[in-house]
Amino acid sequence: MVVLTRDPGVEQEVFVVELTAFSGPLDLLLSLIRDEQIDISDIPVARVAEQFLKRIRTLGLDEAADYLEMAARLVRIKAQMLLPRREGEEGWEDPRAELVRRLLEYQQVREVVDVLERRADERRGRFARAYLPQDLSSPAPQAAILALSLPELFAAVDRVLRVARKPLIHDVVPRALDVDGAIATVRAVLAMRARARWRDVSAPNAEPWQVLSTLLAILELAKRGELRVAQDRPFGAVEITNESAGEAA
Amino acid sequence: MNPLAKLLEAALFASAHPVTMEEIRGMIARDEASSDDLTAAMDELRRHYDDDGHGVELIEVAGGWQILTRPEFTEVIERAQLAARPQRLSAAALETLAIIAYRQPIGRAEIEEIRGVGAGQMLKSLHERELIEVVGRGEGMGRPLLYGTTPGFLEHFALRHLGELPRADELAIALREPARPADLPEENGATPARAATVQPRG
Repeated sequence: MVVLTRDPGVEQEVFVVELTAFSGPLDLLLSLIRDEQIDISDIPVARVAEQFLKRIRTLGLDEAADYLEMAARLVRIKAQMLLPRREGEEGWEDPRAELVRRLLEYQQVREVVDVLERRADERRGRFARAYLPQDLSSPAPQAAILALSLPELFAAVDRVLRVARKPLIHDVVPRALDVDGAIATVRAVLAMRARARWRDVSAPNAEPWQVLSTLLAILELAKRGELRVAQDRPFGAVEITNESAGEAA
Repeated sequence: MNPLAKLLEAALFASAHPVTMEEIRGMIARDEASSDDLTAAMDELRRHYDDDGHGVELIEVAGGWQILTRPEFTEVIERAQLAARPQRLSAAALETLAIIAYRQPIGRAEIEEIRGVGAGQMLKSLHERELIEVVGRGEGMGRPLLYGTTPGFLEHFALRHLGELPRADELAIALREPARPADLPEENGATPARAATVQPRG
C-alpha cells in the first residue's frame, strides 16, 4: 500500500465528490485535471496521483479494482519522472506519454457520449407505433398461466411451500415376523390333509410380513424333514406334502 | 394524396420498426413505380404531416422511415400512461457504445483498455438490449468476439446511419493522433498538438 504524505494545502482544494458519479478511473482523472486547470500535456503526476488516491479512499472494494490499477500506474509514472536523466538525452520518452494518449482518447469518447446523449434524449420523447408482431408459430402459450387471479396464485404458492416444508420420507418400520405362528398354521393344515398348496397355508389377503413368515415356516419345516415342497414346473404351484405323515403311512 | 403515398403511410403505420426502401420496393411491382416515384411519395407524405398540422411526423432513421409522435406531446402521452419513455442509458453504457460505434468491429479487451474498466457485464446488457451484436471473431488468443452496433442502436439515437455521428477529425481532439510530446521537434516553439488543455464538458 502506498502511503503519501498529506499536504494540508492540497487537502483544502479537494471538494467532496460522489465517486459513483464517475464512470471509471479515466473519468475521475479527467475531472481532477479539469478542476485543477492542468495542461494535459504537462501533468504534475505527483500531485495528481495524490489527489487520485485521496478520492478513491472512500470507494468500496468491488468498484475499487479498476481505480487501484490506475492509481498504481500513476505512482509508477511518478517514480519514473524522479529518475535522473542527462540534459538533452536522446531517446528519452516522457513516461506520461501513454497516459496522455489514453486521456485524450478517453476525452474524445466523452465528446461522442455528449452527442449520443443529446440525440437519445431527443428520441426518447417521441413515440413510435407500439405494435409488436406476434410469433404465430407459438400461439400464446402464457395465456393460461396469466388467467390466474392473485388469490389463486397465493394459494398455489402456499400449497407448494406446505409440501416443500414436509419432505416425503418413507419410514421403514421393522416388523417382527411370526415364524412360529406360521409353523403352527402349516402344521395344522398338514395335520388335516396330506397335500396342501400355497394358497391353503397363506391367506389371499395376507400382508407381506405374513407371507414372509409362512415362507420361512415352510422352509424351516422342510429343513426339519416334516414336509416336502415340490414344483412340477418353474413358477408352477407349490405342492406341500406332509413328509411325516408319509413316513407314518 | 397520391395512392403511393397512402400505401407508404399504411406500411409505416403497420410496422413495428423503421421501414426500409427495400421493404417498400417489395410491396410494389417494379414497373408500377420508380425509385424517384417512391422518393417523391415519401416527400409528399412528409409534407402532408408537416404542412397540415399533424400530431405525428415522418422521420428518416436507421436506413428507413418511421412515423413518430411530435415532441410537444411527450408529456401528455406519458402522463396518460399510453406510452413510456425508454430508460436513459448510463454514462458507462454510452461510453461503451461510443467506442464500439467508432471502432467496430472491436473486441472486449480493446474497449476495456480505452475505458480503463471491465466491460463484460456491460457488453452483455447492451447485447440484451439489442444495441450491439457480435459481428465476428478476431485473430489471436481465444479468437475474441468482435462487436458492432445494430439498427437498434441507430434507432435509439435517431441516426439515419453511422455517418451521421461526428467524424473523428471533427471532434476537438483527434482520436488517432495523440499528442506525444517526445515526438515533437524541440526547436519548433509552437506546439499545436500539445496545447490540448481539457475544457469542462457541456
